[in-house]
Amino acid sequence: MDNSTLFGIATIGYILAMVTYIIYFAFRNKTVGIIATTFTVSSFVAQTAAFFMRWYEGYEMGLRSFWRPPISNLYESIIFFVWCLILGYLIIEFKYKNRSFGAFVTPIAGLALAFIEMTGMSKEIEPLVPALQSNWLLAHVTMSFISYSVFALSFATALMYLIEKSEDKKHWTYIFWTVSLGILLVLLIGMGLDYLKFHVVATSATNIRNFLFKATFRSDSPVIVAVSWLGAIGLIALIWAYGHKLKKIVAAFNLSPEILDELTYKLIAIGFPIFTLGGLIFGAIWADQAWGVYWSWDPKETWSLITWFVYAFFLHARLMRGWRGNKVAVVAVIGFVTVVFTYLGVNLLLSGLHSYGSLS
Amino acid sequence: MSEKKKNLIDRVWDLFASLKLAIILFSLIALTSIVGTIIEQNAEPEKNLIVLKRLVGEDFAPTAYRILEAMGFMDMYRSWWFITFLALFAANLIICSLDRLPRILKLVKEPIKPISPEKISAFPIKKEIRLNGTPETLKDTLITSLRKLGFKALNNSSMEGEGYQLYAQKGNWTRLGVYITHLSILVIMIGAVIGIFFGFKGYLNLPEGYTSDVAYSRNNGQPHKLGFSIRCDDFDVEFYGMSEMPKDYRSWLTVFKNGQIVMRKMIEVNEPLKFEGYTFYQSSYGVLSNTQGYFIFKVTGPGGKSETITKQFGETFTIPGTNIVGKIVDYSPALALDQSGRAYTYTNMMNNPAVYIEFTENGKPKYSGWILRRYPKTWRLPDGSVIQFIDYWGVQYTGLQVRKDPGVWIVYLGCIIMGVGLYMAFFMSHRRIWVLVRKDGKHSTVNILATANKNRPAFERKIEAFISQLKKEV
Ligand code: HEM
Repeated sequence: MDNSTLFGIATIGYILAMVTYIIYFAFRNKTVGIIATTFTVSSFVAQTAAFFMRWYEGYEMGLRSFWRPPISNLYESIIFFVWCLILGYLIIEFKYKNRSFGAFVTPIAGLALAFIEMTGMSKEIEPLVPALQSNWLLAHVTMSFISYSVFALSFATALMYLIEKSEDKKHWTYIFWTVSLGILLVLLIGMGLDYLKFHVVATSATNIRNFLFKATFRSDSPVIVAVSWLGAIGLIALIWAYGHKLKKIVAAFNLSPEILDELTYKLIAIGFPIFTLGGLIFGAIWADQAWGVYWSWDPKETWSLITWFVYAFFLHARLMRGWRGNKVAVVAVIGFVTVVFTYLGVNLLLSGLHSYGSLS
Repeated sequence: MSEKKKNLIDRVWDLFASLKLAIILFSLIALTSIVGTIIEQNAEPEKNLIVLKRLVGEDFAPTAYRILEAMGFMDMYRSWWFITFLALFAANLIICSLDRLPRILKLVKEPIKPISPEKISAFPIKKEIRLNGTPETLKDTLITSLRKLGFKALNNSSMEGEGYQLYAQKGNWTRLGVYITHLSILVIMIGAVIGIFFGFKGYLNLPEGYTSDVAYSRNNGQPHKLGFSIRCDDFDVEFYGMSEMPKDYRSWLTVFKNGQIVMRKMIEVNEPLKFEGYTFYQSSYGVLSNTQGYFIFKVTGPGGKSETITKQFGETFTIPGTNIVGKIVDYSPALALDQSGRAYTYTNMMNNPAVYIEFTENGKPKYSGWILRRYPKTWRLPDGSVIQFIDYWGVQYTGLQVRKDPGVWIVYLGCIIMGVGLYMAFFMSHRRIWVLVRKDGKHSTVNILATANKNRPAFERKIEAFISQLKKEV
């Protein structure tokens, strides 16, 4: 068995876990909960094994030095993100003895893994170009992903908080979370349709750019574009109209809004220093060692800085009177959106925007 | 200060001491930075016009471009308004910290006081237990347990009746973590400003065998005197196995000062050379056109005698111990064979250097063929001689980034301070504990009260462990 088979098994396991957590979430049957946890733990073990196998394979093939764990390209980094996320989640599950959170976290993991499959990105073990063979870079990437995972968890707790707290359909926080969730679903469905239509086996960022939303919003047929937009707006409206139903389910769990608020803060209080040190400082030191410029305002760096400012905003807003609860939860949600953009959007969307020719 | 009209200075001070301004500045800097990632900075106008056409449409793009250009968005991180945001941000940070520092310092320096028993109910962490023994017999155990909990400097005061309280604090200085974090941001900004004003950013493309005493500015291409000179002795690329993927590239450099060699170093990516404030980074490489290089071979004759020779194109050499003469008649920096087996050059970079050598013995042709540097199999001649192709020297140049940044150490210092500050701010806390012991017949009542400014549950768990330990010991 090679690493990708084992990763495949873990992926299926996580998706099963996602389904069982959601069933558990809806019916709160204890056995279902145990099954969900079992799926998660065994997939986690499989993924851990696959990670070390991949590490060893890269070394065996002479493509990586022994000291380079496999976290260097997009595929590997997403896998690592999922690994950290699940680890963080399992810690919370065992510490707080509460599984309901799983129904929010495993979809994030499932989404990330689905993203790999849909874009068909390269899973090859690639040799490292010289600039990437740096211990600072390694520390930078590892810590960035740990912080991203922690931020992802804070995103989930903040969203749950908003769901629980929303009172009134016209209140802006209610609109905010329903529309955010709606957009997320629209993006997912759009990507799913791309996959169904093109069976993209793209291996490069160029292909990701060329196929992303080609089946829907960027279709050549204006009718399909119009239908896509209508569908998207319809879906968002639907979520807005029925979102309060979710609230009942979330509220039925033992996670009170106060705990969720506290948890969101705690997670960000862990993620922020790790991100500052690993994401910003180590990244800058690496750039300094490799190129002699610690900061050059390139889009990736700038987006990391934006993310940092959003979380600094969160921490400071929380210290001001009147900024508890809803408002800071919204900031936490926005924070994670900037994380995702820093990580994927910069490479996929901004580089697409700046590319010449072929794209149109 | 009177509650009446505040004067202007006070009002400005209050504005800059407020978190509200900080929140506004966070948003402003973040939002404008987004624009800077969409508009490519310092690019040719056409590039951004394409971007704008995609975003706002064909018709409006030129207007949008002009508006954004007038506002400085084409080089926004150096525009006056962005720098103003950063300056306001720094001012906010300084004044906000100065404003609060006296209060925090007081909190830090304040000695811990005993509490009066009536206030017990007001404490966030409070436990009550009964222990066997009089307060006096318990004292030593309590003191050692508290020490084990990390409270070294214990205060002791007696209470009414037969009793006393032990109290202590630790980590009071961790309250400064936030201020240290803020200070570090200022230190980094100072380092960056020093780098901008007193630093140099440049490049130098140095061919093998050449020496230079200047580097060229990245801003305007002007030569910049280094005050010493640097020579590239050799340059080499290493590939992954037989692939085309570079694994590493390296330059062997020598630094001269006043005609003396003062330093020799091999540099590679991530491994620069530093001399007198300048740092030379391996960043790229290339091949010179129209230059005659030197082929370096280690030639071993059939008898085992070997010799290292350096020849140019068209020159000849003799294999040691024989009459066989080789002549270099063709060269390719990157040789490949097409389907019909014909040799061709697939790139002008030195990815697979090869020489074509014709051998003659006493003037009669003997054999000829390609010798490839990366394929030792091709070095062997039919008669057992070996022509080891060591290098084709003098035709590649090493691309060096040259930087002088006297502020970088301040930036690094700031980063270290930030690490320390964040650790203090998020992972340490100011903890206080009071243990009140009173006589209660043959037993003692022990009240344990505590506060922590961060992460209270963790402290509470520690105190619970402390209590169960106490119960075991008594
Ligand atoms: C990006 C820059 C900044 C960073 C990284 C930063 C970092 C921090 C951190 C980590 C905390 C502790 C938060 C917590 O305990 O939850 C904090 C608190 C604070 N910050 Fe900042 N800060 C920044 C800028 C500012 C600015 C510009 C101001 C100016 C008003 C400011 C004022 C404060 C205040 C008043 C506190 C609360 C202090 C206390 O609790 O006693 N910060 N900051």
